[in-house]
Amino acid sequence: MSRRRRLAGGLAAVLLLAGTRPVMAQPAPVAPGAPLAPIVVGSKPFGESYLLAEMFAQVLEARGLAVTRRPGLGGTEIVFPALTAGAIDVFPEYTGTGLLVILERPLATDPLEVFATVAAESARRFDVRWLPPLGFENTYAMSVRTEMAERLGLRTIGDAARAVPALRAGFTADFIGLPDGLPLLRRAYGLAPASVAALAPALKYRALVEGDVDLIDAYSTDGLLDRYPVTVLRDDRRVFPPYDAAAVVRGATARARPEAVAALTELSGRIDVVRMRRWNAQVDVERRPVAEVAREALAELGVVADTGEREPVAAPGDVALAAYLWGRRDLIAALTARHLWLTLVSLGAASVAGVAAGLAVAGTRLAEGVTRAVGLLQTVPGLALLAFMLPVAGIGAVPAILALFLYSLYPIVRGTVTGVAQASPQAVDAAVALGMTPRQVLWWVRMPLALPVVMAGIRTSAVTNVGTATLAAFIGGGGLGDPIVAGLALADSRQILSGAIPAALLALVVDVALGRVQWWLTPRALR
Amino acid sequence: MPGAALRAVSVSARYDRVTALDAVSLEVGDGECVALVGESGAGKSTVLRVALGLTPIAAGTIETLGDDVARVDPVALRRRVGYVPQDGGLLPHWTVAANAGLVPWLTGDPDYEARGRAALATVGLPPDAFGARWPGTLSGGQRQRVAFARALAFAPRLVLLDEPFGALDALTRSDLQAMFETLRRDTAVAALLVTHDLPEACRLADRVAVMRAGRLEQVAAPGDLVRAPATPYVAALLARARLGERPA
Repeated sequence: MSRRRRLAGGLAAVLLLAGTRPVMAQPAPVAPGAPLAPIVVGSKPFGESYLLAEMFAQVLEARGLAVTRRPGLGGTEIVFPALTAGAIDVFPEYTGTGLLVILERPLATDPLEVFATVAAESARRFDVRWLPPLGFENTYAMSVRTEMAERLGLRTIGDAARAVPALRAGFTADFIGLPDGLPLLRRAYGLAPASVAALAPALKYRALVEGDVDLIDAYSTDGLLDRYPVTVLRDDRRVFPPYDAAAVVRGATARARPEAVAALTELSGRIDVVRMRRWNAQVDVERRPVAEVAREALAELGVVADTGEREPVAAPGDVALAAYLWGRRDLIAALTARHLWLTLVSLGAASVAGVAAGLAVAGTRLAEGVTRAVGLLQTVPGLALLAFMLPVAGIGAVPAILALFLYSLYPIVRGTVTGVAQASPQAVDAAVALGMTPRQVLWWVRMPLALPVVMAGIRTSAVTNVGTATLAAFIGGGGLGDPIVAGLALADSRQILSGAIPAALLALVVDVALGRVQWWLTPRALR
Repeated sequence: MPGAALRAVSVSARYDRVTALDAVSLEVGDGECVALVGESGAGKSTVLRVALGLTPIAAGTIETLGDDVARVDPVALRRRVGYVPQDGGLLPHWTVAANAGLVPWLTGDPDYEARGRAALATVGLPPDAFGARWPGTLSGGQRQRVAFARALAFAPRLVLLDEPFGALDALTRSDLQAMFETLRRDTAVAALLVTHDLPEACRLADRVAVMRAGRLEQVAAPGDLVRAPATPYVAALLARARLGERPA
């Protein structure tokens, strides 16, 4: 599950930094009789994680506990620090990920041993508790076309390495490079593909069955495994670590709320791989609402009785995009309002701070240095910035706005510095020679003349900001990124568009509106 | 001579390590027009800058309107001296009338715009036709007239001019030179005129000061300069000017 483990490859250091510094204050012990805080359930942005988190939430609610849902947070590098910082209380994780990514321990393959190591080490280093595994494993499932498996008698990965001439592999991009991905297969099985194509997860199965590639890195609980004529090859040398799914709970929560631990533990050992694959197919292939699938799954397990309540949902898959968007208009309007709010607050703050900083350094020797330093912020990848922010600002709107603020500064500072420097030098010289003070020159000459360039910077920032604000979804900030992230995770292009189209329109509207503001602020003679 | 509008005594100035002025002594009497002539980089504009306290001096004394520049508030001093640059230097986002009234505005005069409009009339721009226009809509000659109006709107005793006719076509230049002579006659303002054009200096100034590499070569009335150049450089400058005057 390399895509699950590393959303952005180089973030191990961030994880380490964030995970080992519990900066956030621990909440004070709850006084007897005080209302209990809701249990915050998080998940990563892919279908199975959404589904398991929703099942956690429904079990907790069925046992009378209040729940707040924070689904679709960024990868491990966001979710795990969110847990240790106290921003969420529980999320579904896999033992192999815990071993290799969170704890950065060497590869081990015995499931019991790995669980014991991960549970003990996480408790000691992070005060995090792994509940007993749910019962299924979601590991790499190296798969070939069934027709080829039967024709060549392929059963194991080693068979494929030996028997398939000119093997064409199609793997997810990170699997190709990670030491526990393709290089491991080369070493352990002597697998030497003639060609390796990097494929998006959603495309792998189709590429395999249509004969474009011969071998893919599927996941053992993929709902699609049952839908295509493909055969999973056995990892008979056990080169991959076990990826047993389990609920991971913050230590403080586990101690303060034993009833929550008890409720979650009801799922331990209850979910087998066949069931999980079937439920994932309901979400990933049939596009059914996660909450509904979770409710049926819990009823099937006999954990929570199904009340039979159904939210009215359009028939999946075959509703026209326009009708789909229209049906979600209230939600889209609310998300757009939230998105606009994130953008306006962060952009407004960045405009004030950026123009002030630009004016302070413009025309001095500091100008270039300060502008470049602000520009460096721009080069930090969005997710990394959010991950850095997590221990300080938690999750939600605050870190999102903080990150957007930092991203918005550079064009504004640059615009201010450039605009002030280029403002009619002849007019400035004459104004000084006739007795304007430096402050008067700045206010009456440089600033009005710089305004069009400053506003151009702010407009550049605004358009970028609207786009970048979709990343807020990874950190629970809300906005139009929510349907985009969920849609990407569930391979639901209509849901992606229900976030992307309003975001694009919003960028246009914001740009036009700021254009009006620019016109209005620009001195009449310069319009 | 207490009546001097400007007096420089052995003034030296340098930019970084380059000597811009080397022991320059010069006086502009009340109502007098002195032209500073020389090639680019001779230090002509630097004399104006030190007179306004825009460039510090390394040695010597410079007094503007009787005040030692090193000892008074330079901003207050600048508001008592008219200044005309080569390219107008108007504020593009202020109306013509507001530009002309800039210095009264700076000194807190509530009637600054009326002062500006009055000054426009003295430079040949009818205020009703021009006062409300933007500088960007004027011709080069008209802009330069506004710069003159701005420099004289507060009836200063001294005006400093830095190549004020340098960027104009020959016809417009001659019009503005005539206007300048009229203004001087009407207001008796003292003037220090920087120009690289020796015939222009001789036409407009009471005395001509020839500069070269930061030093004064000769200061004399135009007739005396032409009759008796003090140095070979001045003689060469005169010879070149005569060649230039001759129709091709």
